[in-house]
Amino acid sequence: MSTQGIRGKAAIVGVGISEHGEVPGWSHFELMAQAVERACADAGIKSKDIDGVFAAITPSGLPVSMVSEYLGLQPKVLEGTMLGGSSFVNFLSWAALALDAGLCEVALITYGSNARSSKRRPGGDLVPYESPFGPRLVDGYAMAAARHMYQYGTKREHLAEVAVAARAWARLNPKAMMRDPLTIEDALKSRMIADPLTLLDCCLITDGAGAIIMTRAERAKDYPNKPVYILGAAAEHSHMQIAQMRDLTVTAAARSGPRAFAMAGLKPTDMSLAMLYDAFTINTILFLEDLGFCKKGEGGAFVSGGTIAPGGRLAVNTNGGGLSCLHPGMYGIFLIAEAAIQLRGLAGERQVAGAATAVVHGNGGTLSTQVTAVLGTAETL
Amino acid sequence: MSDKPTPAPIANPGPDMIYQQALAAGMFKIQHCAGCNAYVFYPRHLCPECGSAKLEWVQASGKGTVYTTTMVRQRPEAGGNKNLCVVELAEGPRLMSRVEGIAADEVKIDMAVTAEIVGSGEEPKFIVFRAEAKQ
Repeated sequence: MSTQGIRGKAAIVGVGISEHGEVPGWSHFELMAQAVERACADAGIKSKDIDGVFAAITPSGLPVSMVSEYLGLQPKVLEGTMLGGSSFVNFLSWAALALDAGLCEVALITYGSNARSSKRRPGGDLVPYESPFGPRLVDGYAMAAARHMYQYGTKREHLAEVAVAARAWARLNPKAMMRDPLTIEDALKSRMIADPLTLLDCCLITDGAGAIIMTRAERAKDYPNKPVYILGAAAEHSHMQIAQMRDLTVTAAARSGPRAFAMAGLKPTDMSLAMLYDAFTINTILFLEDLGFCKKGEGGAFVSGGTIAPGGRLAVNTNGGGLSCLHPGMYGIFLIAEAAIQLRGLAGERQVAGAATAVVHGNGGTLSTQVTAVLGTAETL
Repeated sequence: MSDKPTPAPIANPGPDMIYQQALAAGMFKIQHCAGCNAYVFYPRHLCPECGSAKLEWVQASGKGTVYTTTMVRQRPEAGGNKNLCVVELAEGPRLMSRVEGIAADEVKIDMAVTAEIVGSGEEPKFIVFRAEAKQ
């Protein structure tokens, strides 16, 4: 078994998710604090025990300072690298390193957003060579989907399969926002936003916050919960502006995935579940391919027939994903939260039987930053 | 008209300003790297392929093909549906743009297109494309 990198050095010992969906009257930081309150209660700690803060919260310019002030903390480690929605998966690496080096004892990774209630839409940087054309986030993903269809014959029905599978998982999650039945036909009839992506190919915009508590591995057993260990993690980037992406059908997950799996000493077929950042349905297909669950170009066929839905061959986005559960602007922290809930066996009706390993894959920008982490139970150390 | 005094011209502008000034003068210029022979867009100080600072300006051919495309759906009062695409220039680099002169749903991947400089007044100019007439 590999022992390289951060494998097994740190563990998640607490998970908190705020009220989400539509939570009017709550600010970003209030929702964040509610998630922290719940994560601390889950871990059996006081918030004052936190001495490492890892946060990215838009539109705050200094989110780590704001989070620390709000919670009344004087952390010894402050980290706020902004990679977009993948930031939180990226924080797993740096929190594990800081904990392992003894720079801090209790690390908090957190995010909060009232994107829905405030009607503040997530958006990228204004970039000089694209801004004259006014691209929305969805447009870059639509162009990636168009290219995937052109090169590999991927069909709108394949995209619809992803939306339907996410909805089927959401129907097993009482906290998910969208729980009405959804068929392939419904998805295909949905309003077109940017060809070939319809409204149902796009993630929700919700309110919500998440918090993750981590400690060094040897301390993790002292906490009340089954620890969830970080077995591998890797970050990659391919571009910032979509026109600079070399191949719109291959994301940098094709590099981050193999590195994270190598660190973990595991492979895609060893995974009990996959949490893949589904900002749009094409993401799930791209990441299944790039992470090695199927060959490039075969993602559409792979998801067909309910492969990634409940009862399918591979459990993907078991909370209902960004498509049907929640997506408050930057969703990455909720991938980690759901993976941890599954690995602790607490996912209720949607529980993946015997879940021991999970791949968590975060995406940021317009397919720009890709961060993969492999998580596992004590038995996988 | 503004009463603001005209600022003195900048003696040694950076790549972006050089690019914009060329566009304003009706020329679409891209960079060529003397270090690795790559063509570069958008304008940089260092070549993204090899890191060389030996980037020289060349006139772009203006020829390209649509690498990928979408139709941005908008209500008529918001301007209606419009094309958004990524064009691959004959020299190699890509840029975001739109194809004008044909219906948004007629823009297809691999379509041959030609660059045109647009923009009015004080706003920075930018490049759009027109579909080449079928032979």
